[in-house]
Amino acid sequence: MQISINNTLTDTAAQTLQQLAEELSLPSKGVAVAVENQMVPRDEWSSHTLSQGAHVVIIKAACGG
Amino acid sequence: MKKLIIAGREFNSRLFLGTGKFSNNQLMAKAIEASGTEMVTVAMKRIELDDKQDDLLTHITQYSNIQLLPNTSGVRNAEEAVFAAQMAREAFGTNWLKLEIHPDPRYLLPDSVETLKATEQLVKLGFVVLPYCQADPTLCKHLEEAGAATVMPLAAPIGTNKGLRMKDFLQIIIEQSTIPVVVDAGIGAPSHAAEAMEMGADCCLVNTAIAVAGDPIQMADAFRQAVIAGRQAYEAGLGAISDSAEASSPLTAFLN
Repeated sequence: MQISINNTLTDTAAQTLQQLAEELSLPSKGVAVAVENQMVPRDEWSSHTLSQGAHVVIIKAACGG
Repeated sequence: MKKLIIAGREFNSRLFLGTGKFSNNQLMAKAIEASGTEMVTVAMKRIELDDKQDDLLTHITQYSNIQLLPNTSGVRNAEEAVFAAQMAREAFGTNWLKLEIHPDPRYLLPDSVETLKATEQLVKLGFVVLPYCQADPTLCKHLEEAGAATVMPLAAPIGTNKGLRMKDFLQIIIEQSTIPVVVDAGIGAPSHAAEAMEMGADCCLVNTAIAVAGDPIQMADAFRQAVIAGRQAYEAGLGAISDSAEASSPLTAFLN
């Protein structure tokens, strides 16, 4: 299945956000994930099913004032 | 020196530090330590999947007394700010937020209409909102009424190091505000920070002036001292300004 992660088309075998997080080795804290511009809390990742063409945004901390 | 209280939390330091523009994270961490700050801002960015860079957060969270203050830099309106706030709360585990909405990249001036709108929405969603805003006394009262935890009016545009260009308006904001006033943006030298604190500002937020200094660690310490000195002077009560001379030595004629 192909999805968009931060505007980059990516092939994934993940069926859920939790599986995607494992596939990407996302850290256990310091990141947030949104699907279709809706933030998905970490405790809902395992029940959140991904679909073909899903638009996923993943953010982390950056330096800033 | 009286402690600063924001949303029920006590701060010993009246200096907030931004984390942008440091040449590396190790230097930033040392500057944080030298500044004595207990509030540090961070921004957000989209991760790059092959990015194995040093994790910024570990350099900040090693200091257990520091309140992380995520900002919404990069958003253009209230709707985007609410989305960014929700992402920040999830990523950093804090409901504190530096709200900044500045759609114009040249001067980075905050959009007052969208900032007020976003503050109203974010307060209802349970955020502790510290809005970066214009040095507009009327706007600051509206932000206060909307439930902002502080107001953060600019001294001059972000990163300009120009000092208190909005001094007269900052003075009115300080006089009228019942929530802490954090002078943010444009503070370029410790003397600027001291001046703001002497005027009665509750706190200063500094980033560029420290990060781009020849020696950021020494500059962080200089700002630490300036903020303390300015606050102490304010609490001590400055002498009145007079147009005519006021002798500080006896004027008795002892030579003839």
